[in-house]
Amino acid sequence: MRIEYFQLIDRIIDLNLNDLTIRVEANVPTESTIFEGHFPGRPLMPGVLLIEAMAQASGWLIIGRTKFAKMPFLAALKEVKLRTFVTPGQALAVNAKIMHEGSGFALTEAEIRIDGKMVCNADITFRVVDFPPGDFVKHMHETAKRIAFPMEAVTHG
Amino acid sequence: MPSTFDTVANIIAETCDIDRATITPESHAINDLGIDSLDFLDIAFAIDKAFGIKLPLEQWTQEVNDGKATTEQYFVLKNLCARIDDLVAAKGK
Repeated sequence: MRIEYFQLIDRIIDLNLNDLTIRVEANVPTESTIFEGHFPGRPLMPGVLLIEAMAQASGWLIIGRTKFAKMPFLAALKEVKLRTFVTPGQALAVNAKIMHEGSGFALTEAEIRIDGKMVCNADITFRVVDFPPGDFVKHMHETAKRIAFPMEAVTHG
Repeated sequence: MPSTFDTVANIIAETCDIDRATITPESHAINDLGIDSLDFLDIAFAIDKAFGIKLPLEQWTQEVNDGKATTEQYFVLKNLCARIDDLVAAKGK
């Protein structure tokens, strides 16, 4: 996880375009300037970054579903529950499932578990739009490679 | 069985916390009821689920942006309900 760059996903473990699910790994770093302020002497992974991790996992699932034709952008959150503290060095298992695919939007349910125990979950709405012009899609492909996005699931799915 | 309009009006009232009595077939979802595009995603989701369809929002938006259609054609509720009825009928074919 490169937390300062908002690159929260380390690796995609499984992308299942039949079940519309994804499982990813995201390891909270042991050190970050973020923890110096949040909080001094009591470092905690910010809840908004846990939400972002769930959104990013969901986003990769939607990108896979659209075969890199569309880009999801976070639009709304419902039923967000931050159930316990997450601290530096913990390994997050982030899971998401597409619950509805509308025209130009999608809804997912996402959760994060640590050692099998759910630490947070949310219902997330995305706007799903054409990729912005320029190098945006190129950067997404580069990130996909870094996090082991299973391109075969897209090309053969 | 409730009419398409009653179902849609109830969805709008519940989703956007709008007094059901103020919602009429002549209401324009955006101009009269003040529903923004994000709230309309919730409404579209609920309509998709209630009727087992997929409102073609992307196509409608494109047509409006291209000047090929007006927002009234899609977002005045009696017109929206007619579109929904068409989509439901097409689904059964």
